[in-house]
Parts: sequence; C-alpha cells; structure tokens
Amino acid sequence: MKIGYGHMGTLTMVIEMILEELGHEPVVPDRPTRQTLALGAKYAPEFACIPFKIVLGTYLESISRGADLFVSGGGYGPCRAGLYGELHGRILKDLGYNPGFIFFFPPLKKPFDFLRKLSRLKGRFSWVHLARTISKAWAKLTALDELELMAQKVRPRELTRGATSKAFNRGLHYLHQAKSRVEIGEACAAALAEIGKVPYNPEADPLKVGIIGEIYVQLEPFANLFLEETLGHLGVEVRRSIYLTSYTRHDVLSTRGDMNSRTMAKPYLAQKIGGHGQNSVGDVIRYAGLGYHGVVQLAPFSCIPEIVAKSLMPHLSKEYGIPVLSLFIDEQTGPTGVLTRLEAFVDLMEQRRDFGRLGSVSNKA
Amino acid sequence: MDLYLGIDVGSVSTNLVIIDRDSNVLAYEYLRTRGQPIRAVQDGLKAIEQKMPAAAAICGVGTTGSARTLTGVVVGADTVKNEITAHAVAAGLVKPEVQTVLELGGQDSKIILLRHGVVTDFAMNTICAAGTGSFLDHQAARLGIPIEEFGPMALRSGSPVHIAGRCSVFAESDMVHKQQIGHLTEDIVAGLCNALVRNYLNNVGKGKEILPPVVFQGGVAANIGIRAAFEKALQLEVFVPPYHHVMGALGAAHLARSAVMKKNGTSFRGFSISALDYITSSFECKGCPNICEIVNISLESELLARWGSRCGKWENLEEHG
Repeated sequence: MKIGYGHMGTLTMVIEMILEELGHEPVVPDRPTRQTLALGAKYAPEFACIPFKIVLGTYLESISRGADLFVSGGGYGPCRAGLYGELHGRILKDLGYNPGFIFFFPPLKKPFDFLRKLSRLKGRFSWVHLARTISKAWAKLTALDELELMAQKVRPRELTRGATSKAFNRGLHYLHQAKSRVEIGEACAAALAEIGKVPYNPEADPLKVGIIGEIYVQLEPFANLFLEETLGHLGVEVRRSIYLTSYTRHDVLSTRGDMNSRTMAKPYLAQKIGGHGQNSVGDVIRYAGLGYHGVVQLAPFSCIPEIVAKSLMPHLSKEYGIPVLSLFIDEQTGPTGVLTRLEAFVDLMEQRRDFGRLGSVSNKA
Repeated sequence: MDLYLGIDVGSVSTNLVIIDRDSNVLAYEYLRTRGQPIRAVQDGLKAIEQKMPAAAAICGVGTTGSARTLTGVVVGADTVKNEITAHAVAAGLVKPEVQTVLELGGQDSKIILLRHGVVTDFAMNTICAAGTGSFLDHQAARLGIPIEEFGPMALRSGSPVHIAGRCSVFAESDMVHKQQIGHLTEDIVAGLCNALVRNYLNNVGKGKEILPPVVFQGGVAANIGIRAAFEKALQLEVFVPPYHHVMGALGAAHLARSAVMKKNGTSFRGFSISALDYITSSFECKGCPNICEIVNISLESELLARWGSRCGKWENLEEHG
C-alpha cells in the first residue's frame, strides 16, 4: 500500500515517519504550489474553502505518484471539514480513481479515537512498537514546535534578511533525517544551534503579533501566503494560537498558563460554532492580556466559524484595545494586496506603540 | 529652498506632489497610468520639473501606490510606503483632528479610522468594482455624460431611484431597466451615487465607527454627487480637501521629509531620469516548488534591482549578474 496524505506545514514529515515505522510506503506530498492549488480548484466545488482545494490538488499529485490509500483528518460539528474526506473521495472516484481512505480525527483532540484507527495502520506490528512510534512522533512534533518558536523569535531581529529562514530550513532537514529518539534529540539541538548562529540585533524591540484563526491556513505557509515570514521580515515577532503540540505548550510559554481561549470567549460567544471560531474570539482577548500589539485573524474565504468570529472583532478590538486584521484567503487572493495590508497594519501598530509611550491616550481608542 | 517630492503610482492614475518644509503643496501633477507605470512616472517628472520654483532642490522622495516598489527603484526613493499609511498621513496634514478618512480611487477603496492622530483601524477593498471610480467612469460613459457633469447632475435630482448596488453587473442591468421604464437620467445618476455609497459603507465600512471630522479623498471625491450621498447616509459633514485627488502623493512627500531627516541626503536620481530607458522583464524561478515570479529592472542595460523571490537568492545582484 502506498499511502498519501495532505501537506500541512511541518506535520508532513512526522506523518512520513509514522507511516515508515509501521512498514508502509508513504507518498510524501510536496509542498503545495500554485499548480497544486490550480489542480484542486479545477475539480473542487467553487465555494469549498482553500484547504479543501489544496488538499485535493495534493491528492491528485500523489495519485500520479502511485498513492492508493489516503489518510486524512476529519472533524466534528458545524465546520464542513468533517465531511471533506468523504467529498474528496467522491470527487476522485468521479475522476476515475478509487483510492482507499482512513479518516482520523485530530489526534490531540481525540487521542483514543486516533489510536483505534491507528491500529488499522499498525498491521502486524505490536502495540508496544506503536506506542514507541507515537512517542517518537510526539518528540519530533515537540522539536518542530521548538524550532518554529525560535525562528519566530529570531526572524524579526536578524541582521541579514532571510538568514533565519535558511537556518530554519537546515534545521528541518536535520529533523527529517532523525529516526530514533536519541537522533531526534540531537537533531533538535543542532537545528536550534543553527538558528542560534544567525546574527541578530539584541537591541531590537519588535512588535508582537498573535496569529489566530483556522488551523490549516495557520499551519500551512503556502495557504497563508507565508504570513509568518512576511511579518518577520517586516520586523514583527509572531506567535500562532495553534502549534502542532498546541495548547499546553502555548499556555506553558505564555505567562498565564491557566488562560483558556474557549473559556475567555464565553461572555461573547457561549457555544462551540465549529472549527476554531470560538477559539478565535478567546484568542484575541488572550493576546490582548499578554500585551501583544495586534492580532491577525487568518481564515479561508467562506469559512463560517471564522466569519462568525470576525463579526465580533470590531467589538473585541475596541473593548480590549488591540488592533485586529482579518485576512480571508482563497485562490484569488493576491500576495500584493495582502502585503499592502500587512505593511499598513505594522505602521498602525508602531504608531499606536509610539503614541502609547507618550502616555497621553488610553489604549481604548 | 528644500523641497520634497511624493509619487503615488496607482492602477488608474499617477500623481506627483512637491511640498516645501512646511508641507505646503507647491506643485502637483495628475496623469493616467495607462498600464505603463514607468512611462507615467517619467512623464510626470518631466511635467512637474517645469513647475519647480527657481533655486530649489528636491531633498527627499517618497513613493506609494501599487507600483511603489518599482517606482522607488526608478526614481531612487528615500521611503517606499503603502498607500493606506500615505493617505492617512496626508489626511492628518490637511485636517489634523481627522477621525475618518474615506478614500475612493480608480480600482480600490479604503476606509481609515484615526483617533488622536493615530491610525486605529482600516479596511481596503480591491475585489469589488462596485465601489470604485472605474465603475462610475464606465456608467457615465454609457449614459453619455462627461464624468465632470456626473456630480452636478445628481444634485439636480428630485427623487433618486433605487439602484441595486451590490455588484456592478447587477447595478448596470438595474440602471438599464430604470431607463427603459422611463426614469429621468438625473434620478438614475443620483440613484447610482447612493448605491455606490451604500455599497462602500456596507462592505469597506462594515463595523467601522465613522466619527467626524470625515475627510473624503481620492479621485472620486471630485464628484459632488457622491459627496452629497455620503453626507446624507452618514448624517455628517464630509470634508473634501483641495488636493483630494493627489493625497497619496502628498502623504508620500511628507513621509520622505521624515525619512531624509534620519539619513544622510537623498537617494533621488534627479529629473534627468525621465529621458532614460528603463527596461523590465520577468521569469519564473524553477529552483524549488515555490516557482516565484522574478522581476528584473534595468537601466540602459545595467541591472538595477530584482525582486519577487521568497528565498532572496535573486535579490543579490552580484551572485547572479
């Protein structure tokens, strides 16, 4: 069985490792490109969201490379993503392909369900071997997050534009090569050392921006037009509301570990609305509390949970005194328009910071 | 006399403004870009040079607009700034206490909110044609009305008709329908002004707290019909500054002044560049799956700059020649 899967940022290499450990032959997806998106958009319903189109494009590319089974994440509730695997399957069937599918629910949200389905993939291997694989995967995920967090910190301070990204990519390569737990530990240290070698300005006082919104467009740089890197090059330190090893890690790193986005969202949005809609509401409040200078809300165009969250943004922005820029992305989104908005947003945050330092106005503009 | 030059190269128009140390406008040029930004900048420079006061020198240059990067290389800019910030700066110059900027240009429209002189929020529309100058241009041409008479005609209307303004295609068919059943042209024109304003406020202005003073700028601000429609919809006085159509360039000139104060002298290549031959070309880099579109700009066979690659490898001219 040659197993294909969608590309989602650094998660891609972890899935590759898991599949290899379980004796499968993974068809490792290439980073999505404009061609991938064009291919997906061609066969997807027009109003499907951009993650759907990118993943469909990736499946088609993987099929041409021999994939005959796809593993995919599903979801619950009002967000359409839960049905996407099914829809992908039907579209591929209409096109004359008939690959198998295994749908996983997000492993961090539903670990037991994840394990149950993994047992299908586990095949002849022992549960001990599977447990070891999972623990190794977790180690790699943790290392990848570590690497991203460091890159996000160094990039706005780098002296040579692009140096951090280059070091980061070298680090990813080290981690990709690492197969055992020991190797992962060594690779992680070496990767962090690479970024540590990037010459930076210790005096720099970058603006801090929280990136919130839908998971796929947050985690896949191609889908968000390389937002993190772009902001970093504009001198902004970013944090995402979602990392691979997410909440615990993020909450540990933030100074107030007990702050939970969903709980914080309650006074404004009392119920789950699917996707990360409720999180987005709470995340604005959380980042405001942490003293961030702004928030960028990322969402696929036509994403209902994020549209609902967006409607609360003007109110939250005013009440908590934090600027919010919402970017809704589809295959028509041009990088120039996004860059113009980001540049203006950075100017806005800088002005506010300078003005705030004069102490003549409250934050609640 | 120390002067500062601002250049705003947009999709429809190219504007140049020369200001003195106190940000007074001494000269300006407004011309059509016609899809050739470099040509437009060169023509504009040639024209505005004639209007330069004697014994004056350009001490700083700023560029803005969608061709800001390209123009920045061509003229040797001291600052390259996005148009949202440039427009906000300019509005603050003409009306320091401004809280809302409405900007309607040829192919986009913006709203900028300021409080205590600081930008607090903005929105920009570049997808929908129904809120832009190009749409008005097109409809005026279709009705056979010179665009200059469009505004005064709207003001003569006694009972504006309701036009579906959500989308320019629907608006057009609705207008044709209203014509066919016998409505007066001025009522249709006034209805169109209301529809455009409604569209703008419902899309770009959605969820924004519009407080006075309101400054209305961009090419469309010349249209008194649209201005009246804004005042009616907002129930606020709408101020149109004297240089409303070149505000982006004014903002860029002012930003250039601040920029040269922080550095030594200007990078301006001089007015003579209007006679030089700039050549742009582009190619797709096949080095990795990103497949970036790389743009080269050369001056008389000397490569000046290159951009477009995500990894930055093409930006270093020495490495690749």
